[in-house]
Amino acid sequence: MVGSRTLGRQILNIYLPLTLFVVFLLFPLYWMSIVSFKPTNDLFEMKFNPFWIQRFTLENYLYLFQNTDFPEWVKNTLIISLLSTAISLLCSILIGYALARLRFPGSNFLGVGIFLAYLVPPTLLFLPLAQVIAKLNLYNTYWALILTYPTQLIPFASWLLMGYFRTIPKEIEECAMADGCTRVETLVKIILPLSTPGLISAGIFCFTLCWNEFLYALIFMSSGPMKTIPVGTVSDLIKADTLFWGSLMASAVLGSFPIAFLYSFFVKYYVSGLTAGAVKR
Amino acid sequence: MAALFLKNEMIETDPASSSGGTFNRRGRRYLSRLFERESSLGVILMLPGAFLLMLFMAYPFFLGIWLSLTDSMIGRLGHFIGLRNFVDLLHDSIFHQTVRNTFVYAMVTVPFKAMLGLGLALILTNRMRFSNPIRAAVMMPWIVPTALSALGWYMIFDPVFSPISWLLKSLGLITKNVNFLGDPKLAIASVCLANIWRGIPFFGITILAGLQAVPHELHEAAAIDGANAWHRFLHITIPAIRGVVLIAALLSIIWTFADFQLIYILTKGGPANMTHIFGTYAYQIGLAATDIGQGAAIALYMFPILSVFAILLLKYLRRE
Amino acid sequence: MARVILENVSKIFGNVEAVKNFDLTVEDKEFTILVGPSGCGKSTALRMIAGLEEPTQGMIYIGDHAVNDLPPKDRDIAMVFQEYALYPHMSVYRNMAFGLKLRKFPKDEIDQRVKWASEILGIQNLLDRKPRQLSGGQRQRVAVGRAIVRKPAVFLFDEPLSNLDAKLRVQMRAELSKLHDRLQTTIIYVTHDQVEAMTMGTKIVVMKDGVIQQIGAPLEVYNHPVNMFVAGFIGSPVINFFPSRLVSNKDRLFIDAGTFQLPIPEKKASYFKSMPDSEVIFGIRPNDIYDLQYAPERLKENVIKAVVDVIEPLGSEIHLNLTSGRHSFVAAVDAQTSVRVHQEIELALDLEKMHLFEKDEPNLRIKTAF
Repeated sequence: MVGSRTLGRQILNIYLPLTLFVVFLLFPLYWMSIVSFKPTNDLFEMKFNPFWIQRFTLENYLYLFQNTDFPEWVKNTLIISLLSTAISLLCSILIGYALARLRFPGSNFLGVGIFLAYLVPPTLLFLPLAQVIAKLNLYNTYWALILTYPTQLIPFASWLLMGYFRTIPKEIEECAMADGCTRVETLVKIILPLSTPGLISAGIFCFTLCWNEFLYALIFMSSGPMKTIPVGTVSDLIKADTLFWGSLMASAVLGSFPIAFLYSFFVKYYVSGLTAGAVKR
Repeated sequence: MAALFLKNEMIETDPASSSGGTFNRRGRRYLSRLFERESSLGVILMLPGAFLLMLFMAYPFFLGIWLSLTDSMIGRLGHFIGLRNFVDLLHDSIFHQTVRNTFVYAMVTVPFKAMLGLGLALILTNRMRFSNPIRAAVMMPWIVPTALSALGWYMIFDPVFSPISWLLKSLGLITKNVNFLGDPKLAIASVCLANIWRGIPFFGITILAGLQAVPHELHEAAAIDGANAWHRFLHITIPAIRGVVLIAALLSIIWTFADFQLIYILTKGGPANMTHIFGTYAYQIGLAATDIGQGAAIALYMFPILSVFAILLLKYLRRE
Repeated sequence: MARVILENVSKIFGNVEAVKNFDLTVEDKEFTILVGPSGCGKSTALRMIAGLEEPTQGMIYIGDHAVNDLPPKDRDIAMVFQEYALYPHMSVYRNMAFGLKLRKFPKDEIDQRVKWASEILGIQNLLDRKPRQLSGGQRQRVAVGRAIVRKPAVFLFDEPLSNLDAKLRVQMRAELSKLHDRLQTTIIYVTHDQVEAMTMGTKIVVMKDGVIQQIGAPLEVYNHPVNMFVAGFIGSPVINFFPSRLVSNKDRLFIDAGTFQLPIPEKKASYFKSMPDSEVIFGIRPNDIYDLQYAPERLKENVIKAVVDVIEPLGSEIHLNLTSGRHSFVAAVDAQTSVRVHQEIELALDLEKMHLFEKDEPNLRIKTAF
């Protein structure tokens, strides 16, 4: 539009605020990174400007791998996240399809129930859930998390996938069934291939949530080598007597890296998953 | 049960069925019909997920209600004591503080997150170079695991090593380091800051999607009608995104109310209980102090408040 | 004075020239229509007049002021969009009052203008409704009403009837013409529908690929198209084109289309004498081809034969799809015609209405008289 593109106005309205936002939003992550690459002793040097690295070192990362349970934490987090995601996706695909396409007794009840389940926070359930886990003898095992994470994942993932399935024209399914497919076959052969963006979004959402989860992992995993990255970092790397900042930040950086990496490849899936919640179609 | 399945059945012509084949063949056919009928297939498909949700969500929920009505400790099943846990909490000054803190935490951070998110979204609607890397960058606080970024803030707020203190000192504005997390008067503000930082991207991206859904003809018509940028913002943009912002805000209130990680890692609820929220206090009482009955009661106090917001959200979504 | 002048205006998007060397003068109170196929640049040209796009080059004047640097709100224009663009959260009244409120008109005046405009458009009973409660036709009227209340110097319409069903479109065409007559303002109107262009405009501007092909009154563009594109775009059913040769035989000029030959009328022949034996495109409109049985006397010597492929009875006339040799063409003949499919029919052509076009791009029409 005429009058909207002068350079001065652009700098004032766009680039200046944008710079402020980017600096604010990235600073803590920047801070974590540089501390992880500094020898911890350097933190005490008063004359050093803390905002950048004077002496670059990898000793914190080496310490992390050699002297802590970090590698175990990585393995645990990876396995738990992948399996939980798989289970949740499977359940969510089935529920999503059922809600999107089928009329069956209790479907309304299920729909509302799923929505309400989304809103029930872990902080409401963790105490009684701890009893359940203890009673099932799953305490301090992978299964404690692999079976409980889906409760946090299935509601949103089902809703997301239900939305995606609904956008596939019914005619395609009807055509397939006229061609001889059973309902289950149309789900597997027709709907799923056409829903790959939705599946990827849901998958990324699930994986990210598992990786980031803290409360259940804190409560159900008690021994060092069984912990996940977030819990292990918080509980085992903050020491009262020795200096820990370098390795703490190194663990935080490495723990965040896979998710950030995943994200950079799948930005639009991540965003579409996020916005599917609040923007009406 | 068979009557239930017969309700919406498709009429099938199957000439071979009546000739009485082996039991196996009949059984298999019955199974496949189960999978074909909408009414039965729907039930079958929802079973796996429903099972998990029942066992690990519904059952614990009711168990929690039961526990809150007993004097159970960890490892020892208690007796029914009615509402005594809830009444005791009403006399607990720490609980009062917890409730105050939680409301402050949620009601202060959400407006900030919404406004800053709106500002960010407005900036991002403009076409600019490097828009993709920039969007990736501003999403980071939301993407990075909260526990780990909380550790970053833990250090940024540290009484000895804080870069903020260093900066303020080198600018001559203060002489002593600031004790962000240890000073009872500053702690809640510091925690709110970290929460706002983490929450801006959610609002930013959601509102951005809402902004992009506004047809540009509306802006053009307003421009021709005589509206300048501010008028267009007021009369076109705001009404158009009102719904999106409200939904995001309600979700954010619910999540912030039920938060745990950020506060646990930064302050564990201290100093002097000035940052305890429902989740952390329930953890302290229920697990650290092993009074699981009272811990469950603390958590359940959240429920009516969350329900109010959940109902508001549901009503609003239905309307949209 | 609400004259609009575009002087050598161009608009380039990336490496696409949407509008090229656009020169146009719209006089005060004229109803000018920009018409052409989609992608021809007509909407871009309109948006530049509105100030929604900046010209890459050239000057735009509204009422003798150069407006290149003026934002839309300062150009004293009003625009009706194809998608109506009504403010969804405002009532019809507020939609129409919005522009006036922004310009700080007193409340009585706003009220008076809104009532006046709503009466003209027959929407006075809808003032309290929201856009989503209105039908397509009603929304369109509100969009027009919103433009009228401002009493601007120039009205801009961007394909306003495209989203209406056929019957409503015909009705609205007449109403817009009446509106123009009543309000006596300058209107610039964009459409891809040549029927709208022919029936509503005082002046039409035919565009193709960003370039103006012809400017003129509707009948002039119909009768004297400047090239094959204009001849083919204006007029329904579409003009017939026969690739032919111009031959001279015993001092008379003929069109030789292979399966038939037609003598060129004496009056026109003089213009073509200098180009014997050249390849040309012979054009004649379906309405100028008659069933010999029902043709006027004077045409009975220009007869050709053809086979009927398809018969489309329209009630008032019959459209025949015909084949003659390698030529396929259409004739709009008298409704009483009794021919059947696959039959041969004799047709008389009104060669007074014939056109000859150059074979090569840009297929200019070979002029006969103006």
